[in-house]
Amino acid sequence: MERLPQTNISPPKKLILSALVMLLLAMTFGVIGSFQYVVPGLYKTFLSFEKIRPLHVTSAIFWILMAATGGTLSYLDELAGKIDQNRLTQGQWIVFLVSVVAILVSYSIGIFGGREYWEFHPVLAIPVMAGWILFTINVVRSTKKLKDRPVYVWMWITGAVGFLITFSESYLWLFPYFQRNIVRDMSVQWKSYGAMVGCWNMLIYGSSIYLMQKISGDKTYARSRVSFLLFFIGLTNLMFNWSHHIYTLPAASFVKHLGYLISMTELFILGRIIYKWKATVTSALRYRHLLPCRFLMAADLWIFINLSLAIFISVPGINLYTHGTHITVAHVMGATIGINSMILLAVITDVMNKACGSLLSYQRQITAGLISANISLLVFVTALTMAGIKRTHWQMSDRTIPFSVMMNESLPYFLVFALSGVALFASFIVIVYPIMKNALACSAVNFLSLKLKIQPAVE
Amino acid sequence: MIRRAVLVLLVCLFGVYSGHIYLTPTTDGSDPAVQAGKMIWQKKNCTACHQLYGLGGFLGPDLTNIYSAKGPDYIKSFVQGGTATMPAFILSDNELKSLIEFLKHVDETGRSDPRRFKINLNGTIASN
Ligand code: HEC
Repeated sequence: MERLPQTNISPPKKLILSALVMLLLAMTFGVIGSFQYVVPGLYKTFLSFEKIRPLHVTSAIFWILMAATGGTLSYLDELAGKIDQNRLTQGQWIVFLVSVVAILVSYSIGIFGGREYWEFHPVLAIPVMAGWILFTINVVRSTKKLKDRPVYVWMWITGAVGFLITFSESYLWLFPYFQRNIVRDMSVQWKSYGAMVGCWNMLIYGSSIYLMQKISGDKTYARSRVSFLLFFIGLTNLMFNWSHHIYTLPAASFVKHLGYLISMTELFILGRIIYKWKATVTSALRYRHLLPCRFLMAADLWIFINLSLAIFISVPGINLYTHGTHITVAHVMGATIGINSMILLAVITDVMNKACGSLLSYQRQITAGLISANISLLVFVTALTMAGIKRTHWQMSDRTIPFSVMMNESLPYFLVFALSGVALFASFIVIVYPIMKNALACSAVNFLSLKLKIQPAVE
Repeated sequence: MIRRAVLVLLVCLFGVYSGHIYLTPTTDGSDPAVQAGKMIWQKKNCTACHQLYGLGGFLGPDLTNIYSAKGPDYIKSFVQGGTATMPAFILSDNELKSLIEFLKHVDETGRSDPRRFKINLNGTIASN
């Protein structure tokens, strides 16, 4: 039997390429959803908002999960080896692909589990969990061999293992003890989600520290006390700050006060960012000729903006005004697009640069996409914030006008939001297309050359 | 060594805290109709557009206290008839009843209206 020739897209890179497809899908659904705010009832009969929202959210989460794990595995391969072609990674990739296709199809035919974030039927959580177990085994096994464990290795391990715990916790509602008690159910749900986001952030921030070390050649930071102090502050927040999501829920006040208190420890991180501002800018300027560094610079800016907003809205008295409005959405978009996606694209432009031909010839195009993505995102987040302020005003007033009239009056903000969303989407296409083209073209060339070599033997 | 100790300590605290959250007693909704209603709420993915206690999607309004504000018939007419944005849902009489029982139960657990809180000087909030 003729064997298929090997192409040089390794399993971690397959994860990354699939992640990029998920990113484009997420943005497609996002754009459709945003126009449902502008044109009430758009596609109501076949693609109503209860379908579009989960399609968008799940695609976005899989973009993050696939890219974060693909990036981590690529870097672990550089550090420990033997990841690049291993079966665990290949298995994880296949399982994730099958799960995400099944989930998206199930949404489009109207099958839901109806929880926030994980809106799919709970049965589909099984393959997602299985894929993550493969990833965790991979991470734990390969880091075992490492003698020296800088902070990013700690972050990858806690991110991988922590996700398993919090993902399981988010399914406790399947037990009647949790299910039949709405306050307990919602508390546990947001407890698990807060930590889960923290876990994928561990993977992403870990990779960004590794990448910075690789670019600068300075190995001291990832082994320093400060880096571990920041890691532990992050971990404490991951475990205990989640109750800032549920200040108005009738849960115990001790729980809410703890969440408030822990959230404020992030002021330390914010303070450090401001204190280190000059040094950060100087080193960023030194490496600005490198594509990954440009993405990291953008992420730095968003970390500053978003962390400030996060701390601000974690104060219960302020949260009272912003909760239940699009200000929360603005914050989530800043975090997932501005921070997570920018760091992930930094990692991807680094990893995929080596994949095959260099990305150097696309540097200008990708940078143009990066700049326009960030400008669009700023407009996008501002429009959401404005819509949020409008809703806050309505929520806190006598509500003399009905909800639908208030939404109608917010139309200009939603229009700007939708249009900047389109611009954001276009910018991401400009960034993603050359990365994919480069990787796929290269593998096609390899495929063909191998095929030509094989040909005489087959005949 | 210290790093490991800190990690172990944090994990232990997390375990204890999780136990505390799981075991804290709150209003129980073990009535089968409430349970069935909750499953309909989830299966129809109402949460994509609506919030309970401010959590959920933002295309529609918060429904935590819709039961006491507008009553069962009002809810029924929205669910069956839909609106320009909200699709009409085809539910049996029993399903509709359960869904309303669920919203009634949610209503009884507390109030989500942010106007009912007062803000303390230290930034915390207390219900009025
Ligand atoms: C596609 C989004 C969407 C979905 C899904 C949806 N709704 Fe709605 N719903 C709305 C919107 C938007 C309104 C506000 C009225 C308007 O402007 O159309 C609304 C209004 C309501 C109201 C009246 C609220 C008030 O304050 O007057 C009730 C009750 C309601 N929905 C219940 C439900 C239930 C129960 C479900 C699930 C079975 C559901 N809705 C699913 C969008 C949705």
